[in-house]
Amino acid sequence: MRIVVCTKETPDTAAKVEVSADGSVSWGDAPLVINPWDEYAVEEALQLKDRGASGITVLAAGTEVTRDALRHALAMGCDDAVLVDDPTLEQADTLLVSKALAAAVRKVDDVGIVLCGRTTTDGGSGLTPVQIGRWLGWSTLTYVSRVLAVDFAAGKITVERLLEEGRQVVESPLPVVISVVKEINEPRYPSFMGIRKAGKAEIPVWSAADLGLEGVAQVQWGAVSAPVTRDVQCEMITAVSVEEAADRLAEKLIADKVV
Amino acid sequence: MDFALNEEQQQAAEMVRRFAQTEIEPTIGEWDRRQEMSPDVLPRMGELGILGICLPVRYGGQGFDYVTLGLVCEELERVDTTLRVIMSVHMGLCSLTILQWGTEEQKKRFLIPQAQGKEYAGFGLTEPGHGSDAANIRATARREGDTYILNGEKMWISLATKAHNFLVVARTDPNAKPSAGLTAFMITSDMKGVTTGDIHGKLGVRAGSTGWIAMQDVEVPAAYRIGEEGEGFKVAMSALDNGRYTVGAGATGLIRACLEESVAYAKQRETFGVPIAQHQLIQQKLGYMSLWYDTARLLCLRAGWMKNQGLRNTRETSQAKWYATDHSVMAALEAVQIHGAYGFSDEYKVERYLRNSKGAVIYEGTSEIHQLMQAAYALGERTDGKLRCELPAYDTEAWQTE
Ligand SMILES: Cc1cc2nc3c(=O)[nH]c(=O)nc-3n(C[C@H](O)[C@H](O)[C@H](O)COP(=O)(O)OP(=O)(O)OC[C@H]3O[C@@H](n4cnc5c(N)ncnc54)[C@H](O)[C@@H]3O)c2cc1C
Repeated sequence: MRIVVCTKETPDTAAKVEVSADGSVSWGDAPLVINPWDEYAVEEALQLKDRGASGITVLAAGTEVTRDALRHALAMGCDDAVLVDDPTLEQADTLLVSKALAAAVRKVDDVGIVLCGRTTTDGGSGLTPVQIGRWLGWSTLTYVSRVLAVDFAAGKITVERLLEEGRQVVESPLPVVISVVKEINEPRYPSFMGIRKAGKAEIPVWSAADLGLEGVAQVQWGAVSAPVTRDVQCEMITAVSVEEAADRLAEKLIADKVV
Repeated sequence: MDFALNEEQQQAAEMVRRFAQTEIEPTIGEWDRRQEMSPDVLPRMGELGILGICLPVRYGGQGFDYVTLGLVCEELERVDTTLRVIMSVHMGLCSLTILQWGTEEQKKRFLIPQAQGKEYAGFGLTEPGHGSDAANIRATARREGDTYILNGEKMWISLATKAHNFLVVARTDPNAKPSAGLTAFMITSDMKGVTTGDIHGKLGVRAGSTGWIAMQDVEVPAAYRIGEEGEGFKVAMSALDNGRYTVGAGATGLIRACLEESVAYAKQRETFGVPIAQHQLIQQKLGYMSLWYDTARLLCLRAGWMKNQGLRNTRETSQAKWYATDHSVMAALEAVQIHGAYGFSDEYKVERYLRNSKGAVIYEGTSEIHQLMQAAYALGERTDGKLRCELPAYDTEAWQTE
């Protein structure tokens, strides 16, 4: 069974994001990178391949600029990549994006697991994985922090979910859609060999027509505004030892009536 | 003319930046203070393929070009000079020299394990009595049948206690003119008669290994001779063409480090009611640093491009190394100045940058030697003749075929 990883590009987390008066969002000339959460999904896919999955396809709905995120995933070790790119998706909301991704997943043979990051660092809705699961009619396991057992032949997976209240162990038949949290693994760097192979890889583009896709976005961004900035004073507590620094911090917190 | 880096070059640099930032940066200050090399550094650089970055895949390398080698050095020295020193000796001075001058057997014996990071390599030219004046070194090699017997001492050798293999130069013909009587050899640290040690109390590169190699009646197989008898000086000088390139590219990273730390500090430190970044004298320092960075980088990229094309680049590489290292010292001095008293303490990184910068204007040709070389080129007193073995031009096909 194959694994599909869904990804997209987001502004580098170090970028300074600005919202202008007309509500447009910009991040200067900061580079677009693979959504950081998705790196954990890619890493988990690579580990699941070692545990018996037959291959990994990485999938993104986006435009030409999205290719770098796909190449990054290829350089980490994914086998092939597909870009879903269509003018009708330009202003897409998560419902439409997830519909496109689900349709693309259906075009890939023998998919056992769809992996996504928990959320994106730009849109930040966290809805896409759940919606993909709904379109496909598969179980969706969100906030997965560990794959405890997987049996591709028997079509079964057991995972641990990291919830606010604690940890939950759940079992599901395959295929499933999974979203991962960053506790799940430590993503590897792309390898040099991977970078070279990714540089040469052909990334096919699937259009809405290829996917038999129609629909328009239901959600529009009415207005975007930057959060109110607060003036915060930062004070560094230094000491020769960790213990001493902790003591000073505690004293300070008590003195300032924080605790 | 195209100034753009290709995607592969950019991604390789990005990968090395992440490695250095996440795995080295958090603890490097502590290793520097201890004057020890972290035991993880060499194995990790080997594992990730950094130690074989620009060597052909069929010799165990990663198949990237010489420009990428420079970019990798810049990223490494952005974090600490000792990381780049590894590339200078392991790749620049030793591995690329074997690629250039070695026989197919020598490539199999040395280049492959070095490219794979299974064996580390160093370079031994300098002796206690001879540095700049390398043609007059004293170490000797005497041929006896199928072996050479080596005697002598090499000093200030990077990775002296870490490397498995060393490219060393010794005198085979005491009667020939000094530079014509030298021969290059590969020796291994486990050969009988080879002893090594580290030097402590260095001003900089404290998180790295710099030491000595003593050779006492070391029997070296004739098959380990690199180049012909009498070609040792040429071999060593062409090794320096590559080593200096890595030093220059690394120093470029050090200038960047100084600039980035200074910009961050200048925005945050306030005097007279404003961030110091608003004082024109501070701005002038930052302006110069950014000019030095771009100039150093362009000079290094030109040298890397020439290597890719297979063009002789002794003059251009010397210029890049001289300019980048001299200006990395200047940038580090300014960075400390911008940090005020905090720059004078090891609480901030710039004092380490300053100590590290000073080595590179001494090794691989002191700044004075480069100045003399450039003057000699300008005066028409120096030209570079063709070598029997030139560094092969980068060829994607040849480099990346498995
Ligand atoms: C950290 C470190 C790592 C090193 N690693 C290696 C290594 O891996 N392998 C290796 O072989 N060597 C290595 N070296 C040695 C280095 O290459 C030599 O130190 C360098 O070549 C200078 O030689 P020297 O120290 O003997 O100085 P000297 O040659 O004695 O020079 C002393 C001073 O005189 C100046 N001078 C010399 N000749 C002239 C001239 N003709 N005109 C004007 N001025 C002149 C020099 O510029 C310098 O300022 C390393 C050195 C250091 C500090």
